[in-house]
Amino acid sequence: MLKITGLTVKFPSRFGYFTAIENVDMSIKPGEIHGLVGESGAGKSTVGAAVIGLLQSPGYVASGTLLLGETDLQALTFTQAHEIRGARISMIFQDPQTSLNPLMTIEDQLIETIQAHSDISHTAALKQAVDLLEEIGIENASQRIKAYPHQFSGGMRQRVVIALAICTDPDLIIADEPTTALDVAVQSQVLNLIQRLAKQRQIAFMLITHDIGVIAQVADRVTVMRNGRVMEAGETAQVLGAPKNLYTRALMDAVPPLDRKIDRFRVLKDDRIASSRGRMAERWLLEGQQHDLTGLSVHNLTVTFEEPRRSLFCKPPIYVALNNVTLNIKPGSIMGLVGESGSGKSTLAKVITGLVTPQSGEMRLGGAVLPVGKSRNRHHLSRQLVQMIFQDPYSSLNSRHSVGDILTEPLWFYGFIKNPVERKNMAASMLSLVGMPPDAINKYPHQFSGGQRQRIAVARALLARPRFLICDEPTSALDVSIQAEILNLLKELQATFGLTILFISHNLAVVRQMADDTAVLRNGRVEEVNTTDAVYEAPQAEYTKSLLAQTPVMPPSWRT
Amino acid sequence: MSAFLKKYEGLWLFLISPAAIIAAAVAALIVFGAVFASWIALVNPYDLASFSLFDGLLPPFWQEGANSKYLLGTDDQGRDMISSILYGARLSLIIGLSALAIAAVLGVGLGLAAGYYGGRFDVVVMRIADVQLALPAILTALLIDGIARGILPQAIQQELRVMVLTLAIALSLWVNFARTARASTFVEMNKEYVQAAIMMGQRPLRVMFVHILPNILGPLLVIMTVDLASAILLEATLSFLGIGLPADSPSLGTLIRIGMQFLLSGEWWILWIPTLVLVALVVSINILGDFLRDIFNPRLR
Repeated sequence: MLKITGLTVKFPSRFGYFTAIENVDMSIKPGEIHGLVGESGAGKSTVGAAVIGLLQSPGYVASGTLLLGETDLQALTFTQAHEIRGARISMIFQDPQTSLNPLMTIEDQLIETIQAHSDISHTAALKQAVDLLEEIGIENASQRIKAYPHQFSGGMRQRVVIALAICTDPDLIIADEPTTALDVAVQSQVLNLIQRLAKQRQIAFMLITHDIGVIAQVADRVTVMRNGRVMEAGETAQVLGAPKNLYTRALMDAVPPLDRKIDRFRVLKDDRIASSRGRMAERWLLEGQQHDLTGLSVHNLTVTFEEPRRSLFCKPPIYVALNNVTLNIKPGSIMGLVGESGSGKSTLAKVITGLVTPQSGEMRLGGAVLPVGKSRNRHHLSRQLVQMIFQDPYSSLNSRHSVGDILTEPLWFYGFIKNPVERKNMAASMLSLVGMPPDAINKYPHQFSGGQRQRIAVARALLARPRFLICDEPTSALDVSIQAEILNLLKELQATFGLTILFISHNLAVVRQMADDTAVLRNGRVEEVNTTDAVYEAPQAEYTKSLLAQTPVMPPSWRT
Repeated sequence: MSAFLKKYEGLWLFLISPAAIIAAAVAALIVFGAVFASWIALVNPYDLASFSLFDGLLPPFWQEGANSKYLLGTDDQGRDMISSILYGARLSLIIGLSALAIAAVLGVGLGLAAGYYGGRFDVVVMRIADVQLALPAILTALLIDGIARGILPQAIQQELRVMVLTLAIALSLWVNFARTARASTFVEMNKEYVQAAIMMGQRPLRVMFVHILPNILGPLLVIMTVDLASAILLEATLSFLGIGLPADSPSLGTLIRIGMQFLLSGEWWILWIPTLVLVALVVSINILGDFLRDIFNPRLR
């Protein structure tokens, strides 16, 4: 149905041509879900954009053919291409928040699209729209259709986007990361819907994603891309279950399994702390352990925020972010904290670091009471003992400071090393310890990739000689192979220095790999706390069970 | 070569824009002349002994009756126009720049603190800023002028005219800085590097000036160039209206005011030449400001 041969897309720039994708072959049959998987910069989205004819200027198709049925997509005039878009090819975007017009009701948006492609009356279009919404699983569709996009939840909104995509009965739908912005429960519903539509309506789907679990669950065939080239293509079970290509194999090694814990990921880059340059930092960290193992316990912690006022005459409504949370993180262990967005995971991290003041509750760090919020003064010991690694390595490092300035700041601030030259040496040694070249010290954060930045962030945290680390989604902004490297690094450091870690993630498989104990958080309440094995093997709470059931997994037989 | 261009893309954009090059050249010429006025200028307009009434009202060199010594003619006192303009531009630039400096320090400081602390402090500072915006600069200048006249002894009032004027201009410009700094600080406060610094227990002043300030400098620099032009114009306006500098220490605005008397008497150059210089200076600073904004805002490119 869709047949791509030898597709090459180039972007001219002031500094010569940049080849985004090169010689890509792919074919999709009606009713087939074709996964297009790869890490950032692989050119997945460019393939989709080339097919639908929306390549970002000044990019252009340099060579190759694009056939949709009998139609040569490249031979089309501007008007013809415009008619094909929507009528025969539709697109689903990542963020349902921005792909719907917030000022138009769902009804208007659906009817507008239907009438743009077929010559039918308003009433007929409305009926068709209501039927569509019912088909994709929106209850009470004839009422709900009058609503505006913001009145729907994220998952419902993505369903509406899908309804918009299928309302013209297209042959091909390009779905670019359709579930990446969604929570796991909603993700599984949307994936089921896509599968059902492919089967019932014989729509061909091009499913672009970086999530191998999603591909494994729904895709019939898969194409693996890297740096604009196809690495491997074929039946999903064959490509992912028994990869022939080296890159595909490395990629599969880096995917954290949900059903078992592996000691270390197999990665190309080896992170044993062996480099002699890192020895100095290692010794320095080990001799700084006068505070033994530091556990943290949290008792009946409640955090509330005031929402914006709804009326001048009544008090602003209260939003409960954490509700009576009690947790005990044993010294030297890793506590995993999982939950969907809005469950209060990050709020808990902020309470521990003192950025948010709880309404009530108590915290103890290594037995001593930890003052909450503003009552913790600037010189409190915990400011050094507790360090944090943030989610977004692009905003957690000050882009105007050099890596050297960023890394020596804790050494200077906590008064560990007085001499500026020694500070710099120690920072360089710490960089080697976390697997970075020591000459990185004179560069600026923007000169590094996401994974390298995250290593720098880890180095900064370690230079405070912490005993307790909070990792708030440390790998969710990273590609899966980089994620494997960072997780290996964290495990290695934890084992060497006996750190206590609170590991926060929405990704259940990642937490399984990292944590000794796991707590499941939902709407600010702890649903379940237990050893990680117990939580994953024999979950007690209904919520944990459904979370586990909805997380996309690979069949166990694919273990490589 | 290409790596060099990538690194200095701003420089490249500058080199391919004729408007930016011309503006920079004009601004540089005027600033250069103003800085070295005492060496370049034929006469010192403040020194009564250096010029003579007999040379009064000479036209520019291309008109009949001109003296080739005074290329752009002289005013009624016999002062060389070029010299007056150079000294006037110097005074205008000094007042403009110092008013800008005061406004920037005050505005950025208050804006940063308002963005950092938020809450009540923010509300108070921003309401004061709103009130300030409602008062026209001339009214502020009159107010400060009036207060200065009231509380300062007669003898030093004349000497302090420049400072009073500078302060009045600074007070009407700080609001721009405060608003921009506050808005940018709000954005930066949510970034994790700031939270990391706060978590460490660093002093608020250090977080504000060492961590946040370098990251919000881009928009502030743009405001600075645009406001430099406003400051010079404001000074000219106030001097033109007679609230600013007296005739014996003329800035560009004072020169224009003096020139007004000769507008209909045929001696057009006394009014028009300083006016054109003022326009050229302000326009070129504004073009450079726009240009800076383009460099700092990649989305406009």
